[in-house]
Amino acid sequence: MNALISTALSGVVLMFVGLFARKQTIKFFAIAAIIIAFIANLAQYPSVELGGYTMYGMIEVTKFSIIFNAVAIGSTLLYFLLSGSEFEKVGDHVADYFALVFFILAGISLAATFSNLLMLFLAIEIMSIPQYILAGSDKKNLKSNEAALKYFLMGCFSTGVLLMGITLIYGSAGTFEIASLGLGAENVSPLALCGTILVAFALAFKVSAVPFHFWTPDVYDGSPTVFTSFMATVVKAGGFIAFVRLFHVGFAGGEISSHWMLLLSIITALTLVLGNFTAVFQQSVKRMLAYSSIAQAGFMMFAVIAMNLAAAQGIVLYAAAYSIATIGIFAVLLRLKDYTFEGFNGLAKKEPLLAFAVTVFLFSLAGIPVTAGFFAKYFVLAAAIQQGHLLWLVILAVLCAAISVYYYFRVIMAMYFKQGDPQVEPVSGGFKAGLILTVILVLALGLFPNLLLGCL
Amino acid sequence: MLTVLLILIPFIAGLIAFGLKGSGPKALAVISSLATVATAIGAWCRLGSAPDSLSFTANWIPQLGSQFRVGLDGMGMMLCLLTAIAFLLVFISIYNRNYESSNSFYGLMLLSQAGLTGVFTAYDALQFYIFWELALIPVYFLCSLWGGDKRIAVTFKFFVYTFLGSLLMLVGIIYLYTQNPDHSFSWESFTNLHLGADQQNWLFWLFFVAFAIKMPVFPFHTWQPDTYEQSPTPVTMILSGIMVKMGVFGVIRWLVPVLPEGAHMWTDVAIVLSIIGIIYASCIAMVQSDLKRLIAYSSIAHIGLMSAAIFSHTEQGMQGVLLQMFNHGINIIGLWIIVEIIQQRFHIKNMDELGGIAQKAPRMAIFLVIISLANIGLPLTNGFVGEFLMFSGLFQYNHWFMAVAGLGIILAAVYTLNMIQKVMFGNANALTETATDLQPSEMLALSLVVAIILVLGVYPKPILDLVSNTTAVVLKF
Repeated sequence: MNALISTALSGVVLMFVGLFARKQTIKFFAIAAIIIAFIANLAQYPSVELGGYTMYGMIEVTKFSIIFNAVAIGSTLLYFLLSGSEFEKVGDHVADYFALVFFILAGISLAATFSNLLMLFLAIEIMSIPQYILAGSDKKNLKSNEAALKYFLMGCFSTGVLLMGITLIYGSAGTFEIASLGLGAENVSPLALCGTILVAFALAFKVSAVPFHFWTPDVYDGSPTVFTSFMATVVKAGGFIAFVRLFHVGFAGGEISSHWMLLLSIITALTLVLGNFTAVFQQSVKRMLAYSSIAQAGFMMFAVIAMNLAAAQGIVLYAAAYSIATIGIFAVLLRLKDYTFEGFNGLAKKEPLLAFAVTVFLFSLAGIPVTAGFFAKYFVLAAAIQQGHLLWLVILAVLCAAISVYYYFRVIMAMYFKQGDPQVEPVSGGFKAGLILTVILVLALGLFPNLLLGCL
Repeated sequence: MLTVLLILIPFIAGLIAFGLKGSGPKALAVISSLATVATAIGAWCRLGSAPDSLSFTANWIPQLGSQFRVGLDGMGMMLCLLTAIAFLLVFISIYNRNYESSNSFYGLMLLSQAGLTGVFTAYDALQFYIFWELALIPVYFLCSLWGGDKRIAVTFKFFVYTFLGSLLMLVGIIYLYTQNPDHSFSWESFTNLHLGADQQNWLFWLFFVAFAIKMPVFPFHTWQPDTYEQSPTPVTMILSGIMVKMGVFGVIRWLVPVLPEGAHMWTDVAIVLSIIGIIYASCIAMVQSDLKRLIAYSSIAHIGLMSAAIFSHTEQGMQGVLLQMFNHGINIIGLWIIVEIIQQRFHIKNMDELGGIAQKAPRMAIFLVIISLANIGLPLTNGFVGEFLMFSGLFQYNHWFMAVAGLGIILAAVYTLNMIQKVMFGNANALTETATDLQPSEMLALSLVVAIILVLGVYPKPILDLVSNTTAVVLKF
C-alpha cells in the first residue's frame, strides 16, 4: 500500500520539480524519492500479518507483495544509480521521464497486490501507457517513433483482449474478486474457459511470450537504450507478478487449471525455443538482450504453470536476479559507442572492472552457480519438477539454457579473448561504485538466497 | 576443520595472487600448494584415529534444508591428496616459465584447485553441484586465455558440453530432492531414498551423462582431444590428472549409491560403452603424430577401463579403480611435464619431426621411459597393480568383456613404445641437436613423480588401505 502511494505521489511531485530544478539535479530528486519509496514500502513489512490484509476487496497487501515491491523498487534504485545520468541525453523533458518511471512502479505495486479483476486492468494499463511514451521519447529518431507506435497499437489491442476476457469471466462467475471466482468447479463453462484463455493471451503479450512476442525486438531495439533497460527488466517482472497472482489465486484448482496449464506449457516451450535460438543469430548486443529477455521470460513462465511454494519463491528470486543483472549489462552497454559484439572486443584490457562486472552479470543470466541467476533457475525448475508431468518441459528448458551460454559467452569472449580498442565513454567513480554494489548484490544472492527468501 | 582448510588455502591464495606482481604469484602458488600437501597429509594421519574431526557442517540455506557439509572418506582423502600433490608438481615443473599476466594465471589455477577440492569433499548434493560448476569456470578462462591458436572455439565446445551435462545432473538432483521426505540434500538421505526401479532407470541417465562427459566415456568424448591439445600444458595436466577424476568420483560417490538399481540395470550398456572407448581411443592413438593428442587418446582409454571396472561391481575392480585414479593422475602429469619441456625447447609437438633427444638429454629420456612404462602398466610400476585389480574385477563379472578390454593393454604398449622411439631415439635432426637436458626444477618435479611410481609399484598398500572403506561402502549398495 505504502509503495503504491509513495511511488504515485513521487511521480506527481517530480513533474513539478521539472518546472524549476536544473536538468542535472533532477536525477538526485528522483534518487531521493525512490529511496523514500523503498523505505516506506519496507516500513510496512513488520506490521503486516502473515495472511496480509485486504482493502475494500480491491487490493490485498501481504508480506509476499511487499517483498516483491521491494525487489522492483530496489532494482529501479540501482537503475537510477547506474543509468540515471543517461536520461538527460534522451531529450529535454528529464523530469517527465523520471515521473513516468515512477508511474510504472505504481502500476507494478498494484499488480503485486490486486485482488479484483478491475484492479488488474488498472495495474496493467498504468504499467503500459507510460511505456508507450518512454518508447517514443527520442522524438527526432524515426526508429523510436516506430517503436512507440508499434507498441501502442499492439498494446491497445492486447488490452482490448484482456478486457474482453475479464468481461467473459464476470459473465460466468458473477464477481470480479479473484479469490471467489470459483471457476475451478467440476465442469467449466465455455464462457469461463474463453475468458481465461483471452486473459492468458493478453498477459502473455505483456510479458512477451511466444507467439505474442513480435513487438518485443523492434520496440526494445527502437526505444532509447536507457528505457529499454527498464522496460525489459522491472516492467517485465511486474507483468509476471500479475500473471502469477491471477492464475495462482483466481484460476487455480479443479478442471480449469488443467485447461490453461496445457496451453501455457506450450507457450512456455515455444518461448524457450524461439527466444534462445533467435538470440544466437543476433549481431547487436542490444538486440541479443531483447531476445534473451524473451528466453528468460520462458523460464519465468515456469513460475506461472507450477502452482506451489517454490514457484512463488522462484518468481521473486528470478525477478531480482534477472532485473539486476540485465540493468547492469545495459548500464555498461550505454557507455559503449558500438552496440555490436565487436564493440566489446578488448574491453577487459581497457576497463577491467566493467568487463568483470559484465561477466558476473552474464554468468547470472546463464544461471551459473554463486550468482543470483543460479538459484533463480533452481527454484523455477524445482517448482516445475514438483508439479509433476512437466519433466519434458524441464529437460527442454535445460537444453535451451545450454544454448543460452552461446550468446552470453560471446560477449565474454569478445571482452577477454579478442583484441580491439573499444570506444568507451569515461566512467565516473560513482558509476564504478554502483557497479561494484550491483556485483556484490548478485554474488550475495547467489551465495545466500535465504537473504531474500527468508522474508517471504 | 582440516577439510575446510584444504579448500580455503588455495582459495585465499588464489585471491591474493591476483593482486601480486612479478614472481610473487609463482612463489605464492608453490607455498600454498606445499601448505595444502602438508594439510592433506595431516588429514590423512587423523583419518584413522579421529575421522569425525574431518567433517564440518554449517547451515547454509535453511529454506531448502541444504547445508554446507564437507567430510573425507578414503576416496575423498585420496583425491584431495592427489589434487594437492598434482598442483605442487605442476607449479614446480613450470617454475622457470614466465606467463603473460602471471598473476591471473596463478590466481585462476589456485581457484580451480579450491573448486576441485570442494567437489571431492562435498557431502551435500547441492553443494556438490555448485563446486562441480565452479571448478570449471577458472579452467575455461585458463584455456581460453593461454591456449593454442584454436583455443576459443575448442574451449567453448568443452564448456558447453560439460555445462549441458551438469544441468542434466541438476535436474536429477532436484528430482531426487522432491522425492526426499527429509527435505535434505545430504548424501545419507539421498542414499536412503530407495526409489522404484522405473524412476531409477531414467534418473541414471541424467547423472551418467554428466559424469560420462567429464570422464570422458565414448561417445561423449569428442571435446577432450581438442581441449587437451589447445590448452596450455599446465592446464592440461590438471584437466587430465584431476578433472577427469571428477567424473569417476561422481559415479562412485553419487551414482552407484543413490541409484543402485539404475546402475545395475544399465551395467552392460555402461561397460560396453567404456570398452568401445578403450579400443577406439587406442586405435586412434596408434596413428597420431601429435604428441598431445596421442596422450589425450591414451587417457580416454585408461579412463574407459576405470569406468568399466566400476560397473563390474566387484571388490577387486573397485579397489583397482580407486588405486588407479591416484596412479593415473601421477603418471599422466609426469608425461605432460615432459611434453611441456619438449614443447618449450623445440616449439613443435609433431613426433615425426622429433627424434634423437636421448643422445643430448639422457636424463629426460630415462624419465620418459619410466613414466611411459608405468602408464602401460608394467610390473613393479604403480600402473600394474591398479590395472591388474581392475582386469580381475572385470573378469569376475564377464570373461568376454575382460578379454576385449585386455586388448587395450597391447595397443597401449604399441603406441606408447612407438612414441618413445620416435621422440627420444633414432637420429637427431637439426632441431633436436640443440636439446639441453633437464633444469633443476623440472628434475625435482620428475623425480617426485618417479619416486611415487616406484614406491607404489612395489608397495601399494597405503593407498589400498586408505580407500578400502569406500569400496566396502559402495559395494553394500
